[in-house]
Amino acid sequence: MSIEVRDLNYIYNAGMPGETVALRDVSFDVCDGETLGIIGHTGSGKSTLLQHLNGLIKPASGEIIVNGQCITDGKTKMTEVRRKVGLVFQYPEYQLFEETVAKDVAFGPKNLGMEEEEIEEKVRNAVGLVGLDYEEIKDMSPFELSGGMKRRVAIAGVIAMGPEILILDEPTAGLDPSAHRDILAMGRRIHDEMGIILIFVSHNMADIAMLSDKVIVMSEGTIALSGTPKEVFSQRERLEVMGLALPPAREITELIKSKAPAFKSDAITIDEAAEDIKTYLEEARG
Amino acid sequence: MIRDITLGQYYPGDSAVHRLDARTKIIATLLYIIELFVVNNFWGFLIAAAALFAVIAVSRVPLKFIFRGLTAVFLIIAFTFVLNLFMVEGRVLWHWKFLTITYEGVHRAFFMAVRLVLLIIGSSVMTLTTKPVELTDGLEKLLKPFSKIGLPSHEIALMMTIALRFIPTLMEETDKIIKAQQARGADFESGNLLQRAKSLIPILVPLFVSSFRIAQDLALAMEARCYRGGGGRTRMNEIKFRRGDAVAAVLMVLFLAVIIASRFITL
Repeated sequence: MSIEVRDLNYIYNAGMPGETVALRDVSFDVCDGETLGIIGHTGSGKSTLLQHLNGLIKPASGEIIVNGQCITDGKTKMTEVRRKVGLVFQYPEYQLFEETVAKDVAFGPKNLGMEEEEIEEKVRNAVGLVGLDYEEIKDMSPFELSGGMKRRVAIAGVIAMGPEILILDEPTAGLDPSAHRDILAMGRRIHDEMGIILIFVSHNMADIAMLSDKVIVMSEGTIALSGTPKEVFSQRERLEVMGLALPPAREITELIKSKAPAFKSDAITIDEAAEDIKTYLEEARG
Repeated sequence: MIRDITLGQYYPGDSAVHRLDARTKIIATLLYIIELFVVNNFWGFLIAAAALFAVIAVSRVPLKFIFRGLTAVFLIIAFTFVLNLFMVEGRVLWHWKFLTITYEGVHRAFFMAVRLVLLIIGSSVMTLTTKPVELTDGLEKLLKPFSKIGLPSHEIALMMTIALRFIPTLMEETDKIIKAQQARGADFESGNLLQRAKSLIPILVPLFVSSFRIAQDLALAMEARCYRGGGGRTRMNEIKFRRGDAVAAVLMVLFLAVIIASRFITL
C-alpha cells in the first residue's frame, strides 16, 4: 500500500478575477503502514490537498498514485477511489442524517454496493474500532449522542467502507480534553489494527509529535518543510516564521537547554522529554 | 450551479447608481415593475429597455453579471413562452394534431417573455447596486409609517437582513455536506427521478440540522449583546436623500409620463 503525489497544482477560480493558487508543485509519498501528519495555517492549502487525495477535486496538473494506480488520469471510477481512500472531513458529526447509528454507518458501504451480511459485519467492526459498544448504540438516533460520540460514529461511517488509506481532517477540533485523548487513542488503534496508512491534519503539535511517522508543513500552497517529526521540530526558526509552534515537550527541553548547555535532548513527546531529563539529572548527580 | 443565482448579490462599485439612497432605488424598482405592466405595445418595451440599459451603463455593472441572473430563471421564462405560444386562441398560423399556434399566441408569448426578462433584470440591477444592509435599512424606513397600524417594520427588515446574510453561509454549508457525503460514496448524478430525490436526503437532513444550530447560535449572540428589538435603536450610518436622489425622482416622473404616452403609439 502506498500513496504518491507528484507535482500537484491547483488554482481556485482559474481565469477569473479572484484567481488564487491553492497548491503549487506539491509532491510527497507515504508508504505501507505509515502515518503522515500535516501541519499548516488556515488557508495554507491543507484541505484542498486532502480533497485531491480522494478525487473530490481534480488537479490542474500533476498526478496521484494509489497502490500503483493513477487516480488522476480520468479513467479510474470514483467509487473505486473513494473505497480505497476514506476522507473524514472537519466536524464530521454534522454529516450524520439517518434514524439510527447502524443505518448511518451503513450508508457508505451501501453506496459501494456491498452485500447485506458484509455491510452488517463491516458496520459492527467499524463501530467497535472507534471504541463504541455496537449493541448499545446501534438503534439509537445519532442525534442523541454526545459530541465526541457523534464524531466517532461519523468516523466509523468512513472506516466501514474498508479504506486502505484513512484521512482525518482535524479530528480533535473542538473536543474537550478527554474526548481529545479518546480520538487520538482511536486513531492509533485504527492504524495498528487495520494496518492502513493514516493521514491526519492537526493544529496540535503534541498530537502530531505523538502520532506521526512523517510530517509535512504546508505554507501558501507549497510544502515548506517535511521529514520525521524530530527533523521538522528541530527547525524552530522556520516554523516560527510560519506562525507555528513547537510541541510543548520540545519547548520545555529547549528552555532547559538554554539554561543548562550540557543537557542533550531531541525529545518531542512528554514521555521522551521526561526520560531525557531523568537521565540528565542522574548523570549530574554522578 | 447554485452559485449562478445572483439574487441578492451585490456588485461592489462607486457609480451614481450605487450612491443613490436605497429608498430611491426601491421606489424606482417598484415603479419600473408597475410600468412594465402599464406598457401595452412593443414600443413601450423598447423605451423601457433603453432606459434600463442606460441605468446599467451608468452603474458600470458588467452585463455578464446581469445576464447570469437570468440563466437561473430561464426555465420559468421558457415555460411561460411555450404556454402562451400554444394556449392563446385566435388566427391560426400553424396547426399539427392537437397543437395550434396562433398569430395572437406568438405576439403574447414574445410580449410576456420580454416583460419577464425586463422585470428580472430591473430588480437585479437594484440588488446588484445596493448593499443588502442598505437595502433592508431602506425598506425599514419605507415601512416605518405602517408601524402605526401594527406592521413590525424593524422585525421584517431584520428578518430580510438575516436571510440575505445567510445565503452564502448556507451555500458553503451545502457544499461541505455534499462533499462529505460524496466521500462516503454518495452518488447524486445517476438514477431515475425518485432515486435522485431520495439521494437528496443525506444532504437535506444535515442541512436542516445545521440551519437550526446556526440560527440558535445567532440568537444567543444577539441576546448576549442585549438586542431588544427596534425600539430606541440608533444607526451607525443614517441614510439621507441627496441631490442625486432628487435628480432620480425627476427622471422617474418623466419616465412614467413617457411610458403612459407610449400606450397611445400606433404604428
